[in-house]
Amino acid sequence: MNRVGVKLGLLALVCYFLLPVWWLVVASTKNGQGLFSGSSALWFDGFHLFENLKNLFSFNNGEYLRWLGNSVLYAGVGGLGCTVISVLAGYGFALYRFTGRSVFFAAVLGSVMVPLTALVIPTFVMFSNAGLTDTIWAVILPSLLSPFAVYLMRVYAANSIPDELIDAARIDGAGELRIFWQVGFPLMRPGVITVLLLSVVSTWNNYFLPLIMLSSSKLYSLPVGIGLWSQLATANNNSGQSLWTLIIVGSLVSVVPLVIAFLTLQRYWQGGLTMGSLK
Amino acid sequence: MTDLQTTTPVTPARKTRLPRASQIRKRDQIGWLFTLPFLVVFIAFLVAPLLYAGYLSLYTKGLATGTTFAGIDNYTRAFGDPSFRKGLWFVLKFSLVVIPLQMLVALLAALLLDEITGRLAGFSRLMIFLPYAVPAVIGALMWGFLYSPSFGPLEQIASLFNVQAPFLLSQGNVFYGLLNVVTWQWSGYYMIIIYAALKGIDHTLFEAARIDGASSPQIALRIKVPLVWPALGVILIFSLIGTLQFFAEPQILRNIANGSITPDFTPNIYAYETAFNYAQFNYASAISFTLGFVVFLAVGLFMFATRKRGGLFS
Repeated sequence: MNRVGVKLGLLALVCYFLLPVWWLVVASTKNGQGLFSGSSALWFDGFHLFENLKNLFSFNNGEYLRWLGNSVLYAGVGGLGCTVISVLAGYGFALYRFTGRSVFFAAVLGSVMVPLTALVIPTFVMFSNAGLTDTIWAVILPSLLSPFAVYLMRVYAANSIPDELIDAARIDGAGELRIFWQVGFPLMRPGVITVLLLSVVSTWNNYFLPLIMLSSSKLYSLPVGIGLWSQLATANNNSGQSLWTLIIVGSLVSVVPLVIAFLTLQRYWQGGLTMGSLK
Repeated sequence: MTDLQTTTPVTPARKTRLPRASQIRKRDQIGWLFTLPFLVVFIAFLVAPLLYAGYLSLYTKGLATGTTFAGIDNYTRAFGDPSFRKGLWFVLKFSLVVIPLQMLVALLAALLLDEITGRLAGFSRLMIFLPYAVPAVIGALMWGFLYSPSFGPLEQIASLFNVQAPFLLSQGNVFYGLLNVVTWQWSGYYMIIIYAALKGIDHTLFEAARIDGASSPQIALRIKVPLVWPALGVILIFSLIGTLQFFAEPQILRNIANGSITPDFTPNIYAYETAFNYAQFNYASAISFTLGFVVFLAVGLFMFATRKRGGLFS
């Protein structure tokens, strides 16, 4: 009885969290007519998914594919760069008592509390003075910063790398870089994958930064591009209908890569996501 | 090394090369090399913009007057500006409701998941987490469609009962409409944090309680919840920082909300409008800086108040 209650409760939660996703999948298979007239919003009406995909990828000279490519570039380079920088810093903070470490780390902790969007407008003005706005660097460079990732990696490094192992490697004559690469890094791998996922997701999903930094639509990332389309679709009601079908199928496509990443890497992040909060 | 050992075999433990204090100190400076790339990024994209925002906010730029020193004028203007105050009040009010709601949903989901094992548990955990992987822009658009009075399912279901569903983006309901979007988006992520904290609890505690006659709900409320308290504190901080910067969801829903989401709806939307529609970058910087300061203050106060309980920075 009790178990049944637990299961029913869970199923209700799953239904709630899946509802919009289910709707997205169903709506992606409808054409404009099926979407806007009559049929149930939560059930299929004809199957036009491939037709919609074809329209999506060819609309406005393949604008969407360009945005997809941009998103991959921004999230890939920004996310990977952020991970490398944060892992190195976390390792450095955890293993070496260098001069000024505690002051530096206190600054990192303090900056976790600074809302990053508050920095976007001043960064825009700085970049615009340097002629960097409306380039890919305007999106990639600020994405390299994640004080929280540094904090996570420090905690993770401190907990997963035994001092004895490092000392043993030193006695065997290994250099500090080699110790990092051959002893520290393999032990930190689940944490590294988590930080990589988190930073890729936050760059992929970011809206405020690219919206402010980019003005030419050929540099847009997916969220900014889809935001633009939704603005256009609301502005002109008639031709807007066919644009809405593209927005919907485009939304579905933009969600797929991250869902696959989370599914395939779940054994890493399910443990890693919590490393900051357990201690 | 081998030489040393063969010549003085009597006290080998003392002769294995222990580095001297000065050597250790020298080696420790390598930490700077590891942290250097981060230091560069930290200064370039956090310290510099922060200082620059502070600097910009002390000046005003007029078409006729050029750039003039304004002192704290931009700040007195911000705090006296009904638009800024309105936005700030909205996000504060919104945080006050959305944070407990998210924590409650996340806690409930995690406690339920902790009760069972097997395929359903694994599946549910993934599905509840799924919205985290959906960009905020897409999440807002999907819910916008679901809310739609002309073809959304809410309206279709309501029409079966011959009633009219409330339009969740109308002037009076937009608060709840957004509340639902944000709760949907983030609860799964917070659920994972709490769930892992639950998994970290020593199971003998539950067995002991069960022998003493405690029921499952009692164990959940009296043992599990207090033990995951630090995780809830972490969630509160994240959630507070995120909500005060509220931007993407209301910005996207503005198109279809028929004017109930105004250009001064949240401080970030207002800063965006001020900078890019009115080209007042100095005033926008002052707004950003003030918002950042409010967030910093709110989070700092919370951490100071709970410093003895443990949590993120202990």
